[in-house]
Amino acid sequence: MPSSSHLRSRKIFTLFLLLACPALMAQDVPIISGGIGFLNSTNAGVNFFQPVLAPVVAIPFGKHLLVESRFDFREFYSRKDGRSGPYQGTFFKSTQYLQLDYIATPKLTFTVGRFLTPFGTYNERLSAIWIPKLQDAPLIFPIGTRTTGSSDGVMLRGALISQPKMQVHYIGYFSVLSGADQFQSARAAGDRIDFYFPGKRIEIGTSYGRFLQGTHNNSIGVHFWWLPWQSPLQVRSEYAHGEHAQGYWLEASYRLSQWRGPDSILGRIEPLFRMQQVFRNSPGSGDGLPSADTQQADFGLDYHLPHEVRVNTSYSRKFSADGNANIWDMSLTYRFLFPVWRGHK
Amino acid sequence: MKITQKLCTAVWIAALSVASAIAQNKPASSTKANNASKPPVSTHAPSPAAGAQDPGERKFQANCSRCHDAPEQLSPRITGTVLRHMRVRALLSAEDERDILRYLAP
Repeated sequence: MPSSSHLRSRKIFTLFLLLACPALMAQDVPIISGGIGFLNSTNAGVNFFQPVLAPVVAIPFGKHLLVESRFDFREFYSRKDGRSGPYQGTFFKSTQYLQLDYIATPKLTFTVGRFLTPFGTYNERLSAIWIPKLQDAPLIFPIGTRTTGSSDGVMLRGALISQPKMQVHYIGYFSVLSGADQFQSARAAGDRIDFYFPGKRIEIGTSYGRFLQGTHNNSIGVHFWWLPWQSPLQVRSEYAHGEHAQGYWLEASYRLSQWRGPDSILGRIEPLFRMQQVFRNSPGSGDGLPSADTQQADFGLDYHLPHEVRVNTSYSRKFSADGNANIWDMSLTYRFLFPVWRGHK
Repeated sequence: MKITQKLCTAVWIAALSVASAIAQNKPASSTKANNASKPPVSTHAPSPAAGAQDPGERKFQANCSRCHDAPEQLSPRITGTVLRHMRVRALLSAEDERDILRYLAP
């Protein structure tokens, strides 16, 4: 006779299948997407490399529900004694988001679970390994995202206004304190408001986050994006101010696609430049930010290979009271996307 | 010199050599003309055309390609799932989702 736990498992499985049926009929087949990458970096003479797998799963249930998640598995290899000795690896895994979205109305979506902390633009939009043009995250990334970049709780989001000339987006969230493995998060709340002008492809937005445990403090951020029509120029920037530091990054890239098209040898090349500065207001141990005022210039050169493969290379010069350094990065990433099953034609 | 520095330097030199060699040739036709020969679902041109007539195409270029290149191929079986995923992540309205879906899976 099956135990009560087995019966409960069967009921849950049956419920899962019943919920999945509408998705099957609607041909909204669940997807597995994500990226595979090999990252190599030499920072101040210390070399390390990381093979990474970052899968994304999205499963729709009917017209209003979506379960989506992204994980990160990586092995971090570095020399035993920094610059000498044999390489040794350490395995890291993380759940970056695992959330249930309920699309309640055309302009409102409820999200519950673990989600990417919506502070600034980098974390939500550019942190997947197959998207950023430079391998390293901006120096100010931990401001507002509290180093892990993920929150456990609830979130409301949507497009308040969606007109051809202007869009206004909003996000509000509340996160609870959690120490569970893979689901660590802090008690916090925050919001983000974006004003986007599609005619100019200009976006201006603000972010706010309040840390609600221990010493309560605020983080504020402003971002500006400009991606002009008819040009492969892309300009992105952010400013953030936290309890112990403030700073900005400004990135400009230009893919040479206007010479012979995006699929030509030349058109696949994308040079870019990023300037960033961080200013320390006070010591903040363990906050993930540089321990002293830092200026850094990043010179990148990316190559977009066919079949979703990309090579990113960059040289960075860091100027800091803690010591100047050269940083050389090179990464190879592959982005994949396919249905979980074949589905109906 | 570390291996990463060598690799980066080699890639940069190769790219500059190719760029200088090709740039001396006569430029080819514009990106817009290049796009005209592609099927609608092939949307990964990185310099979007402001004059796109299809509202779905225009919305795709205005919203989706701001952050990433479009997938080179998109199976019709998963278009709905991808759009719902991106609706949440990119804060698209229901109308934008419909128009882009119609553009990607006509």
